[in-house]
Amino acid sequence: MTIDLKTIKHISKLSRISVDDEKAKKLAVDMNSIFDFIEKLNELNTENVEPLTSVVETMLKLRVDKVISKDIREKILKNSPEDNEDFFVVPRVVE
Amino acid sequence: MSEITSQTLTELVENIKNKNISSEETTKAFIKRGEKSKDLNVYITQDFSSALNKAKDFDKNPNFELKLPGIPIAVKDLFCTNKVKTTAGSKILSNFIPPYESTVTQNIWNEGGILLGKLNCDEFAMGSSNETSFFGNAQSPIDKGLVPGGSSGGSASALAANLTPITIGTDTGGSIRQPASFTGTVGLKPTYGSCSRYGIVAFASSLDQAGPMSKNVKDCALLQEIISTYDEKDSTSIDFKRNEYSKDLTSNIKGKKIGIPKEYRVDGMPKEIEDLWTKGIEYAKVCGAEIVDISLPHTNYALPAYYIVAPAEASSNLARYDGVKYGYRSKGENLIDMYEKTRSEGFGDEVKRRIMLGTYVLSSGYYDAYYLKAQKVRKLIKDDFDEAYKKVDAILTPSTPSAAFKIGEKNNDPVSMYLNDIFTVPVNLAGLPAISIPAGLDVKGYPLGLQIIGKAFDEQNILNIAYAMEEKIEFKNKITDWWIK
Repeated sequence: MTIDLKTIKHISKLSRISVDDEKAKKLAVDMNSIFDFIEKLNELNTENVEPLTSVVETMLKLRVDKVISKDIREKILKNSPEDNEDFFVVPRVVE
Repeated sequence: MSEITSQTLTELVENIKNKNISSEETTKAFIKRGEKSKDLNVYITQDFSSALNKAKDFDKNPNFELKLPGIPIAVKDLFCTNKVKTTAGSKILSNFIPPYESTVTQNIWNEGGILLGKLNCDEFAMGSSNETSFFGNAQSPIDKGLVPGGSSGGSASALAANLTPITIGTDTGGSIRQPASFTGTVGLKPTYGSCSRYGIVAFASSLDQAGPMSKNVKDCALLQEIISTYDEKDSTSIDFKRNEYSKDLTSNIKGKKIGIPKEYRVDGMPKEIEDLWTKGIEYAKVCGAEIVDISLPHTNYALPAYYIVAPAEASSNLARYDGVKYGYRSKGENLIDMYEKTRSEGFGDEVKRRIMLGTYVLSSGYYDAYYLKAQKVRKLIKDDFDEAYKKVDAILTPSTPSAAFKIGEKNNDPVSMYLNDIFTVPVNLAGLPAISIPAGLDVKGYPLGLQIIGKAFDEQNILNIAYAMEEKIEFKNKITDWWIK
């Protein structure tokens, strides 16, 4: 498989990372080298193998749906790049 | 009494308890050495004045019952520390001040540990040489221009350079064991679910584990017993009976069966690694262990499977960095433009490469071919270990396929850097515990490590084997203080 510039641009959109043409070319080379390596897996027949999603075999525990953290708005907003004391502020979305 | 900063944790605890030294003296000594060691670039954030105040407070009202009585400790900058900047080695978090504390670090402070500062690491723990850090690469104390390994490179370097008596790292594919091996220190990756992931900046959630790094096995056992706790805040934390690892530590490993997997004898392995392994087998025999040849047939597929699973999980974990709630933000013409510029400018090249790789393998039409396939291979790798553990109690391998390399030496091709983790990655995929101990030096005097892999939850057993072998190996690290003017 070969990853071309068009695919790089597509992945760049999906992952919300802007990539200029020069970077895209370099990325294509790197990705192809990584995919050559990854495709070694195709040597294996895994038809009847169950996928392993987690090494933890126990059932995840349930907890009571209860608010534990209270009055943390100020603490949380402190790290925001832009806010108006009550909310995070982002570029205008609705005209 | 030897110099404060060159003492092991066990010695420091003893000396503080016997009032030979105070917490303040100890903390001052590590701060002083830290200030003289700027060239190593191990600190991203120093918290020295606060550390000194905490040490003075400890001395005023000492509690010698604690396991880390007034002991200063620097930690990897991947652990969120309340009100102390936490960057994960990234520009995108370069101004992030967590309003909460990770469980692992909280456990350390609860036992009397004092935060010295936050240590350099590869960006979001993605790297094997500490070169992907936004804050520049940390240097190895072993030699000028040498990488300390990664991703916990700052941790390993600070420990080997005597800037902290112990430290903690995280290990997703080898990020504790490889830098430990490169710097002549001890590093343990615990069983998945042993140490809480709460408050650790996430990389690949099904693989990430925090673990101790130390100058010897006993210190490692003590720190592991402190940081390993069941935690409700981490849904994959496991509630199992934990040993008092340091108390239960014994070098009597008579009759233990240790497996030697033939698949780890890879093509092009340097002779000195081969020799180290042979020497390790001899040491294990001298300790009374029985050596058994075993096979882990899918070993060669671990690294390719890892480079699907880890980037896939990373791409979803790192989706949260969008410039809205915290971290770096770039100005954009609209919301989408702001996202794309923020992420493009905020992440480094390796992180972007992995996010995009992960995005691709999870994207519509490719999920089965890559991600599902990798998870099936992951099962085969775990089955290999399960099969082997019917015959043996632990497995002995080299920690890395080579000694530490020079800064810049492996930057041209990402795959050649990835190959560093060939011996460490299978353990993460299977969720097992493994420890790296220093076992020798190469011709240049660079440290080499041996890895002991255990059954799940069998940390005590691999610590015991490591302890027994450490006695026989009598490793001495060569630290010349080259960076101190």
